[in-house]
Amino acid sequence: MSYQGKKNIPKITSDRLLIKGGRIVNDDQSFNADIYMEDGLIKQIGDNLIVPGGVKTIEANGKMVIPGGIDIHTRFQKPYRGTTSLDDFAQGTKSALAGGTTMIVDHVFPVPGSSLMEAYDQWKQWADEKACCDYSLHVDITHWDDTVKQEVDHLVKEKGVNSFQVYMAYEDYCQMTNSELYEIFTFLAERGGIAQIHAENGEIISKEQSRMLQIGITGPEGHVLSRPEELEAEAVFRAVTIASQTNCPLYVTRVMSKSAADIISQARKKGNVVFGEPIAASLGTDGTHYWSKNWAKAAYFVTSPPLSPDPTTPDYLNTLLASGDLSVTGSAHCTFSVAQKAIGKDDFTQIPEGVNGVEERMSLIWDKAVTTGKMDENMFVAVTSTNAAKILNLYPRKGRIAVGSDADLVIWDTDAVRTITAKTHQSAAEYNIFEGMELRGAPQVVICQGKIVLEDGNLHVTSGVGRFIPCSPYPDFAYKRIKARKQLAVLRAVPRGMYDGPVSEFSLSRGGTPSASARTSPTKQPVRNLHQSGFSLAGNPAACGPPTPEDLPIRPAGRRIVVPPGGRSNITSLS
Amino acid sequence: MSDCRRQWNREDELPVYLAGPISSGPNQRKSYGMFSSVEGAFDSKTIDFDSYAVGRKGSRTPRSRSRERILDSGDPVEKTPGDAREGSQTNSTGEIDGTGTERGKSLLQGGDGIKLLDGRLLIKGGRVVNDDQSFYADVFIEDGLIMQVGENLVAPAGVKVIEANGRMIIPGGIDVNTCLMKPYLDTQPVDDFLQGTKAALAGGTTMIIDHVTPQPEGSLLEAFERWQEAADKKACCDYSLHVDIPKWNETVKDELEMLVQDKGVNSFQVFMAYNDLYQMTDSELYAALSFLKELGAVVLVHAENGDLVAKEQRKILGMGITGPEGHPLSHPEELEAEAVFRAITLGNRVNCPVYITKVMSKSAADTIAQARRKGSVVFGEPITASLATDGSHYWSKNWAKAAAYVTSPPLSPDPTTLDHLHTLLACGDLQVVGSSHCAYSTSQKAIGRDDFTLIPEGVNGVEERMGFVWDKAVAMGKMDENQFVAVTSTNAAKIFNLYPRKGRIAAGSDADIVIWDPDSVKTITAKLQQSAAEYNIFEGLECRGGPALVLSQGQIVYEGGKLQVQQGTGRFIPRKPFPDFAYQRVKFRNQVKNSQGVTRGMYDGPVYEVPSMPKYITPSPSAKTSPTSHQPPPIRNLHQSNFSLSGAQIDDNVPRRSGHRIVAPPGGRSNITSLG
Repeated sequence: MSYQGKKNIPKITSDRLLIKGGRIVNDDQSFNADIYMEDGLIKQIGDNLIVPGGVKTIEANGKMVIPGGIDIHTRFQKPYRGTTSLDDFAQGTKSALAGGTTMIVDHVFPVPGSSLMEAYDQWKQWADEKACCDYSLHVDITHWDDTVKQEVDHLVKEKGVNSFQVYMAYEDYCQMTNSELYEIFTFLAERGGIAQIHAENGEIISKEQSRMLQIGITGPEGHVLSRPEELEAEAVFRAVTIASQTNCPLYVTRVMSKSAADIISQARKKGNVVFGEPIAASLGTDGTHYWSKNWAKAAYFVTSPPLSPDPTTPDYLNTLLASGDLSVTGSAHCTFSVAQKAIGKDDFTQIPEGVNGVEERMSLIWDKAVTTGKMDENMFVAVTSTNAAKILNLYPRKGRIAVGSDADLVIWDTDAVRTITAKTHQSAAEYNIFEGMELRGAPQVVICQGKIVLEDGNLHVTSGVGRFIPCSPYPDFAYKRIKARKQLAVLRAVPRGMYDGPVSEFSLSRGGTPSASARTSPTKQPVRNLHQSGFSLAGNPAACGPPTPEDLPIRPAGRRIVVPPGGRSNITSLS
Repeated sequence: MSDCRRQWNREDELPVYLAGPISSGPNQRKSYGMFSSVEGAFDSKTIDFDSYAVGRKGSRTPRSRSRERILDSGDPVEKTPGDAREGSQTNSTGEIDGTGTERGKSLLQGGDGIKLLDGRLLIKGGRVVNDDQSFYADVFIEDGLIMQVGENLVAPAGVKVIEANGRMIIPGGIDVNTCLMKPYLDTQPVDDFLQGTKAALAGGTTMIIDHVTPQPEGSLLEAFERWQEAADKKACCDYSLHVDIPKWNETVKDELEMLVQDKGVNSFQVFMAYNDLYQMTDSELYAALSFLKELGAVVLVHAENGDLVAKEQRKILGMGITGPEGHPLSHPEELEAEAVFRAITLGNRVNCPVYITKVMSKSAADTIAQARRKGSVVFGEPITASLATDGSHYWSKNWAKAAAYVTSPPLSPDPTTLDHLHTLLACGDLQVVGSSHCAYSTSQKAIGRDDFTLIPEGVNGVEERMGFVWDKAVAMGKMDENQFVAVTSTNAAKIFNLYPRKGRIAAGSDADIVIWDPDSVKTITAKLQQSAAEYNIFEGLECRGGPALVLSQGQIVYEGGKLQVQQGTGRFIPRKPFPDFAYQRVKFRNQVKNSQGVTRGMYDGPVYEVPSMPKYITPSPSAKTSPTSHQPPPIRNLHQSNFSLSGAQIDDNVPRRSGHRIVAPPGGRSNITSLG
């Protein structure tokens, strides 16, 4: 039980809790049992538990008890042009808990050119001060050089970060070229990290953006028009290709469109190790709102990749989530006020990007997938919590109700119906993109670190109790297959005799860079050098017998060499 | 339209019209009788081409050589109905008899009896196979053109008659992808235009489209002219040229425009591979596609992810793999499929037809098939090599043999690839077959004996192309004979705007005809091939089906295994832009696909003031990329000034705390921004 990291939980006092009469739902099975928790850990599971007296008992009355949700993608307190997003770690984690999510994983976004470590420390400090629930951190790689490499190495080994996001969009800002992606993926595969990818073709987007602005489209609809879903699908395809070349597990953040999801499921069918993360917004609503006459409303939906204008998208993504082709759900929660969004009132490219969703995520999936019969309750637990824990290598500490796991639990009320509105949500945003939506299924009781934080609709949270949960590299969920493939995929050269036939004379120097690869392999291996010198001896006309004089200069094209100088040798004979 | 053509061959436009009537009379034809009746009859029997002539607007592209042999100064030019279409002529090459006058095709008359008889042919009793139907008919050929297609044609005295005995008569093949002059490190392929076109004719291919490959810094026009000159001297069959775009910049744009408008080139190749050499970034591809679409050109894409190929090459070399097997290992088929996907995405965005050259793997072909199902205008071209052999030979112990297979994208090591490609070809998901014929000698290949990345890339296939499609697809029952004609000839003619001059047997088309023998069996071997290469990658394969007789420009060039060609008889066939086969849909989509903004009231709520800190110079991803957008149109200026007047509150200067909910913004809530 070394993974429990007891040294990390000094704040928790001896809290004892007993949940009686609940139905425990894990990702693999459901069963009726009582749960006894102490010190923020699940101590016992079973019928008729023997527990100390004076323990607070919660009657579940046959309701589902599920592992608390893990929102694997949030961006609380994200800086944008001198401002930060509305929901900070306090407000954001409060929203999370209100929705049944007991752990969040936030993205550290270092400004391109700055230090990853500094940014990581900054984020950790913010979160330690304010977070109300456990958290962990992804780090975004916004530029790539040797310093960053060392920092990534350090973060993996010392700081408990195992997942790094790279961007294929945002040209001239944090976009990575294919070569850089290849290097990053190779590096992460060696270190046991997960490569997360923001998949959109940034170059075409910027072309399309200037085209949109040129034809006079400046409103939020320009956002979705300049980022058609094809570009998302294209980038996903490319990322999958690079990941498969480098044998690195790939995690596609924010799957927003049908075609991107299709690419992921196709790749999985071909055996690639790739995970797709649809977010609350793409599972719950669509991009028709970009055409709203109300600028502020339209701007509130702006996120990248954009919501698809195709209204059948949410249904489709829920189906793929149910079938296991998409693996986890996040929210990409990052809210801005209308005034902040209005930075881009005359130019949609300036609108800060981000939607809400951390609070609505669990209910949305229950309503759209489980109550419609697409998904069973176990799969619900898997996509909202267990799979995320597995990818982050936190399983079974998180994402499971088992003895020894953290006491992050939710008693889920499948019949509760609530209407989403900005008036009642926990977030500081003025608008909720799910405004007016009626959702069945809601948390009745939320227990975080063994404490009741939501009961009878009342939220009792304490800022700063959230602990940083370090993630270790090489999560089995992703890396077991990768390791096995590494052993298989050893390439071998064909052992041949040396080619000793004639060689056309050629000059590498003329024309600058005549060979495509001459430049790309500047580090010549010693073995090749040997090789070459070996040839120059053997190919020396003096050593090979008397050459006919006309054989020495460049052979005219179209000339068939029937009798090469030095005679025909077996190794090169073609007949 | 004749204006366009006139530009292609300026030097002789005057003589054509002026010298015609003046030149002397020995060319008067004598026997009207027999042919005038026939003349009237064929209108109803055969398809009237020019009424269908999509994309050509009635312009008969110029023909020179065979026609020029006829002197028909006797007839006034105005009388001949075909004249308006005939316009001028190409005479860019070393002319054989240089008599240089030409006239309409309509009357089977014209002087110079001996030569004329040479130019007249009747193929009797054959089954004409076009891409849409097969029927029994005789074909009468004169002056390099098909004059009549119909039953029981009567041959005039002295006309050579070929008995087809029920065999198939198909339009001569068109090989859309050859590289007969592609330089590699100062060396030229061993098959030049002479050897290459000889090989083509021996295989039943009567037209090739070669790739002009300019140096990265070189001029496209100069390269084009060099290629044209070389081909005019050497080619034995008609040819046309694609031009590769090695680099994207402003100069190239002008040259492209000139090539399309004056030179008769309507297809250009761009590269997604060859890092640091020809490769274009996505932005450049976007720009190139946008520009070429405006010109009405077909964009050929060499689809491989060059960045990743370079990385893989380095990795493979680092592992000590230097032999030809490193080539397929560093060009895995995924990279091909990825680039195909990206190219199609770009094409969709720009609304430009995309043509994928050298489809070598199943996954790339599947990507094309899927995109077509979604409505993308995309064409796929598998080549002889990918249709007849596989990449397992890269692991051959014989270095020279392994090196002979090196081409990019590489042959897939998966032996089921060729079967899959044939299936897609048969069902129409792939459209044309090329050969990418680019033969290097073993000593040239040996440039890369210590480093596979230096091996010159190219395989043979121009001669074997038609045979293998027949053998692997038609003889196996995957494909019918009409589809065979479509993929080997007609589709290529349509895509590149040569139809119906090429790619069809009908009155008015060029007399490029093959009598196909489906039963002949031959074993491919380098000993018997026309190509100068020492090794044939299809060595030892048996191939059913082959040409029994080949007519090029109305002349018998191949019969019973014997080739009789004349160097330099090949004409450059100019092609006009906007081929209907590719562009008709694109044109309609252009009209439909107009994005429109939403007309909204002006946003008059609060705006967060962005501090102009130097630190945040590029905080927005798009700030840099759309510099023009920062000069706001007048209306937006008003807007901004409007706001700064009304919205300037004292507390506005204080940046709002994050998490601050603006319930009552300064200036009051306005309807337009209320969210409730």
